Amino acid sequence: MSAILRLEGVHTNIAQYQVLHGVSLDIPEGGVHVILGRNGAGKTTTLRTIMGLWKSRLGTIQFRGQDIAQLGTPDIARLGIAFVPENMGIFGGLTVEENMRLATHDGSFDTERLERIHAIFPAIKQFWQKPAHALSGGQKQMLAVSRAIIEKRDLILIDEPTKGLAPSIIRNMIAAFREIAEETTILLVEQNFHFAKALGQTVAVIDDGRIVHRGSMTELAEDAALQSRFLSLSLEAH
Amino acid sequence: MSDTSIPFRTRMSAGIDRFGGVMLLPVVLAFIAFVLIGQPSTWATLTIAGLAMGMMIFLMASGLSLIFGLMDVLNFGHSAFATAGAFVGATVLAWLGFWVTGGNPALNLAGLLLAIAAATIFGALAGWFFERVVIKPVYQDHLRQILITVGALIVAEELVLLIWGGAPIPVPRPAVLTGSIVFAGVSVEIYRIFAFLLGLVVYVAMYLVLNRTRLGLLIRAGVENREMVEALGFRIDRLFILVFMAGSALAAMGGAMWAGYQGLITAALGSEMMILVFIVVIIGGLGSIQGSLLGALLVGLMANYVAFLVPKMALASNMLLMMAILLWRPYGLLPAVKR
Ligand SMILES: Nc1ncnc2c1ncn2[C@@H]1O[C@H](COP(=O)(O)OP(=O)(O)OP(=O)(O)O)[C@@H](O)[C@H]1O
Ligand SMILES: [Mg+2]
Repeated sequence: MSAILRLEGVHTNIAQYQVLHGVSLDIPEGGVHVILGRNGAGKTTTLRTIMGLWKSRLGTIQFRGQDIAQLGTPDIARLGIAFVPENMGIFGGLTVEENMRLATHDGSFDTERLERIHAIFPAIKQFWQKPAHALSGGQKQMLAVSRAIIEKRDLILIDEPTKGLAPSIIRNMIAAFREIAEETTILLVEQNFHFAKALGQTVAVIDDGRIVHRGSMTELAEDAALQSRFLSLSLEAH
Repeated sequence: MSDTSIPFRTRMSAGIDRFGGVMLLPVVLAFIAFVLIGQPSTWATLTIAGLAMGMMIFLMASGLSLIFGLMDVLNFGHSAFATAGAFVGATVLAWLGFWVTGGNPALNLAGLLLAIAAATIFGALAGWFFERVVIKPVYQDHLRQILITVGALIVAEELVLLIWGGAPIPVPRPAVLTGSIVFAGVSVEIYRIFAFLLGLVVYVAMYLVLNRTRLGLLIRAGVENREMVEALGFRIDRLFILVFMAGSALAAMGGAMWAGYQGLITAALGSEMMILVFIVVIIGGLGSIQGSLLGALLVGLMANYVAFLVPKMALASNMLLMMAILLWRPYGLLPAVKR
């Protein structure tokens, strides 16, 4: 497997604070890859840096071999990278349809694809003409994910999609993500280890702005000692 | 009472919403004024004057509101575009001379439209220059925006003084729009009808662009969340400059219309209007043109009614209106971003 995304020694400052102290990551093409880490570890900052929403100060970020660290966010997006931010980034004053339409490159839908999305997330169909601010938190999350997959992307960055979701919805999300991952690479930031374990092929644990562990998900899932070493950093109860 | 579980206020406001909600406010204001003024013909004249003034303020305010809503830029220099539009419009009207003042209504109107077009185009070009040179270096920094745009405003006003001099300049009014028509015992200045209609056309055009086109969709999305618009692959800086040019062009158009309304203009025209324009933007809700229209009509009506009833309170009344509305709705009447 070749890497679709490669970060090497990425340093990012937010205002005068240094948040990432040299993050290195290799994301293989295809499947779901997970970043774990406790609150404030730098997960969101890593995704935002890849997306160009924070600029890295040092280090390289390569997407399919192309250096993207100096590109603007719109140019990065146009390479085929979608972003589902932690706050979901829904346009509340726009309808669900308008939210989805904006994510298409020319304002028109591929009906077959749209029907598949409607099948995965029936709420999207049900509230199609409703203003998005009227959706529940879980429905907004579904809209944010739907928006990222309305056209085929090469890489989707998703920041904690399970936050605040009921267990039954999380089960649906797992199925949905499995389907999405068949055509796309997903880089997933998660705190819910159950969710991460069910989906992830590889895992990276970040702490204090550094990657402290990289490996396969099976390895981490089976090794209690590894888990207690790294995951006590992040997720006790799940 | 049957459903005591629903509080009276909730039921009342649901009932009001069904009939138009806050959009009813100008009607309520007009009704109160009708009671206070007593004479129907005076009230009608004041109401028409208020609506016309409201529409001209709307032209100046809608751009400022969109610029603030989309770009998060506090442009205290916005009034410079209104002033410039007024002087460019007045100059073109003076150049066209007989076209404007002669007896041919078609030439009259053509002259006026040319003057308005010249002002609007000038506003758009000046807006482009202003955004590149003054605004672009200070995105994300409100304090510097205030300082630099106030500075630019002073420079612009000095330039107007330099070019057109300090003495008030008379604005020729197109012959066809001079005078009044009498309708049902109420005399109505023709220029006011024209100003109202022009404002209405601009409002409808803006509404259609914002709600029926992809560009409008992008602008509405950008008002809510600029970052996400970029993360979807759109160059927000291009959107910024477009909206800034449109907002400046509208301010210039409003200034040109206001010049024709006043008949005599000075370099202070823009700054004098700006207080009202800011009040409109604040009570209307940032980033929303429906809000700007509503706020502008309220402010225009209030200014005219109070100027008749209690002349000394004309400006203060609009300040009080703003405070009352902000106590009731801290984000304005129709904010673009749903919280
Ligand atoms: N806008 C900001 N200004 C200043 N510091 C910030 C900002 N955003 C994040 N930080 C700091 O950067 C560090 C990493 O934040 P980040 O959001 O990347 O963490 P995270 O791993 O996503 O945490 P969480 O699990 O809580 O979402 C934190 O210490 C945080 O305080
Ligand atoms: Mg985070």
